[in-house]
Amino acid sequence: MRTRRRIAPSAAVWLLLGAAYFLLPLLATFLFSLRQLQTGHCCTVASYTWVIHNSEFWQTLKLSVELALETIAVSLVIFVPTVYWVHLKVPKLRAVLAFMALIPFVVPPIVLVVGLLNFYKGSPTWFYGQPWGFLVAAYVILAFPYMFFSLDSGFRAIDVHTLTEASQSLGASWPRTLLTVILPNIRAAALAGSFLTLAIVLGEFTIANLSLFHTFPIYLQYVNETQAYAAGATTLVSFGITWAAMLSLLFIGRKRGQRAAFIGGAR
Amino acid sequence: MLIGAFKGANGGWTTSNVSQLVHQPYIQAYRESIEISGVTALLGGAIGLALAYAAIRDGTPRWIRSLLTTFSGVAANFGGIPLAFAFIATIGTIGIATQFMHNQLHLNVWQGADLFTKTGVEIVYLYFQIPLMVLVIAPAIDGLRREWREAASNLGANAWQFWRHIGLPVLMPSVLGALILLFGNAFAAYATAYSLTNGNVYIVPVVIGAYYTGNVFNNPHLGQALALGMFVVLVAMMLLYIPLQRRAARWAK
Amino acid sequence: MPYLELQGLERDFGTVKALDGIDISLGEGEFLSLLGPSGCGKTTALRLVAGFDRPDAGTIVVDGKDVTRVAPNKRDMGMVFQAYSLFPNMTARQNVEFGLRVRGQDKPDRRKRVDDLLELVGLAHAGDRYPHQLSGGMQQRVALARALAIEPRVLLLDEPLSALDAKVRVQLREEIRRIQLELGITTLYVTHDQEEALSVSDHVAVMYRGRIEQMGAPAEMYSAPATPFVAEFIGTMNRLEGTVVDPGAGTVDTGGRTITVEAARGKPRGARVLVLVRPETVQVAAANGAGGNTLTGEVLTHTFLGPVTRLRILSGEASLIADMPTARAAALPPGSKVDASLPSDEARLLDLTEEALPEIGEEPGPADR
Repeated sequence: MRTRRRIAPSAAVWLLLGAAYFLLPLLATFLFSLRQLQTGHCCTVASYTWVIHNSEFWQTLKLSVELALETIAVSLVIFVPTVYWVHLKVPKLRAVLAFMALIPFVVPPIVLVVGLLNFYKGSPTWFYGQPWGFLVAAYVILAFPYMFFSLDSGFRAIDVHTLTEASQSLGASWPRTLLTVILPNIRAAALAGSFLTLAIVLGEFTIANLSLFHTFPIYLQYVNETQAYAAGATTLVSFGITWAAMLSLLFIGRKRGQRAAFIGGAR
Repeated sequence: MLIGAFKGANGGWTTSNVSQLVHQPYIQAYRESIEISGVTALLGGAIGLALAYAAIRDGTPRWIRSLLTTFSGVAANFGGIPLAFAFIATIGTIGIATQFMHNQLHLNVWQGADLFTKTGVEIVYLYFQIPLMVLVIAPAIDGLRREWREAASNLGANAWQFWRHIGLPVLMPSVLGALILLFGNAFAAYATAYSLTNGNVYIVPVVIGAYYTGNVFNNPHLGQALALGMFVVLVAMMLLYIPLQRRAARWAK
Repeated sequence: MPYLELQGLERDFGTVKALDGIDISLGEGEFLSLLGPSGCGKTTALRLVAGFDRPDAGTIVVDGKDVTRVAPNKRDMGMVFQAYSLFPNMTARQNVEFGLRVRGQDKPDRRKRVDDLLELVGLAHAGDRYPHQLSGGMQQRVALARALAIEPRVLLLDEPLSALDAKVRVQLREEIRRIQLELGITTLYVTHDQEEALSVSDHVAVMYRGRIEQMGAPAEMYSAPATPFVAEFIGTMNRLEGTVVDPGAGTVDTGGRTITVEAARGKPRGARVLVLVRPETVQVAAANGAGGNTLTGEVLTHTFLGPVTRLRILSGEASLIADMPTARAAALPPGSKVDASLPSDEARLLDLTEEALPEIGEEPGPADR
């Protein structure tokens, strides 16, 4: 039984200062977004109307969402069977994979994109010149650690061997085992990895900028430079997306009783 | 990339790209990058540690801790363009807080222009560095046993002596690891600084970006050499970290 | 003049009353065990004495001075915790030295004192090891040396042996007692293990639901339990519910059988009582219908306990436990019809009040930590 003490004064001061530092910019951005486009006076929702009626906003957002979905699909198709196989047959490779998953962390995105641009320079234009080719290839690499660690913890939480053997003893084939037995059991982990990937791709600026693709973050930057008050609105929208992705993550984690918190994203 | 770093504009082999790195202005870019990363790692680390401890220690209600971890999860992922803009809107030249201080409080300590300098970049980076520290260090703080605190106090130690002799040394291995992570995190950051200063803060990723997007000069090979240099800095940090870590954790299993 | 006094200590944890008025007074150099099941408030009491928690009412006096509101780091109490309390980043030697270091004692003095203490707890050879390189028993020895290093006014031990193996436990508890006697240090010892408490203490206080049920010398607690709870908690006890039949003859009716209990003389006729009989005082023999004061029944089980064997006997509704020398128990295998004779003079009697008898077990209590 804990002694029912009150919160220590120094702790309260720290927490209040922290809250102020983190909430002030959000509050300020909100107030900022309410100003009038021309005069800068309070208060109007003109910025939001402008954003809603801006076709470029929707185009780039659509592109980024599509890229995110494609990245998620490609990552899942590649990594779910791989991690499954590693857990089932070659657990020794797990450490190797975990180490490889750390590489995108250690290598700054700017270094990564420099290397990738160079590496793919000779490839055909349909790949190199298209966002859903080159960019998705880069994003799959960026998403690799998040997908891997999410899936890994998911596979660790279930008894892969028993499930597989039970399924096969009942006559199921490999693909059927994977799809109907394993997948439902690691759904939470796969979802967690997917939401993290979504948050990353929707915020990724470095690679898109250097490979000259016009994604949502590039558009945000363009608005920042040209439309100060409207940028308040787009910033909050973007922040909302990050919140939504992280809260979904937390919700899955809580329901499953496992922690899926992970960090990263677009600096 | 490694190959590209040693190639000239005409395709021949050269070491001139790499050897340029140690001269101005590139050496300055590395210096700025390392300084910004170091300062925000240390500051963010210290503040994040204090915040995490304040939220976890006995007496603080549980919900505060959950709230802080959730929020840190979001804030640590909230970087890049939107973050830069949030700060422009707050303490930029026409930012809400700047104008409030100026018009309502008649204080002129902060004009807002500094946001677009190195100091500004550091302030903004802290916004994701502190939450990252909170997330990374929270499990280690959980590992601090109540018995240690009580035993220390029982033996006559005050709070400061507890932290000096037990709390900090026990946390040190985790803190060192977290600081490395924070350093790398800031060192790699590009979008935030780019967006905040329009490329006017002279840090390595921004310089590389300039060589690639090539509005003024386009020199991918120099960019590749610069990227190689970043990698070298990170490896050097790791080499510095390993013996420190070993020393700090010599008592551990 | 008592050295350590707890007067009317009370502590509430929300809805739970962890301590409901505790009074203890202990002379200098005496060893008192607080004994009870989890949740009885014994650890809360110890933490109040150490200063980690403040009482809602009552005072704590050490050597004539009220320390109730004194901060823990100013109290000069040496505490040994359950486990894992050694500072992991310091060697055994540095752990022991810590209290002296924060007191600013000179290095040579410190060194000498630490050497002596490590010697005292038998760890002179292990001073440079880190806690994770020490066994559980060694860790607790270091913790003891660390607590003693500051020459505390009172030594507090919070279940220091509960995380150890049975064998180490017995060895270490004897050593704690030896050192305590050698140094003549006033000691408060918290445990849920009655054997531990009885074997090392000058006094034992049995606690239940935040109150002290009975306090006295170990032998007294065993032979003369004052409440049904103490009777049940200390040692093994047969409890027979009954009604006084004849106060003059001292006869009690227990489930249709009448037995004689000296202690029942003078009790009001018809009073509800609890007859308490220790298993080792019950004499068991093959049934022959003879002899007074016996219950006849059937042996259910044998439990081998080394020199003695414990027999469980079913007699009508009542179940009875009897200990007898192992050599003789073989003659009465399970299934045998036996006579169990109760010692009329050694059986004790308690008034049975309306209050329900407590169930004793390892139910985790909220207030115990």
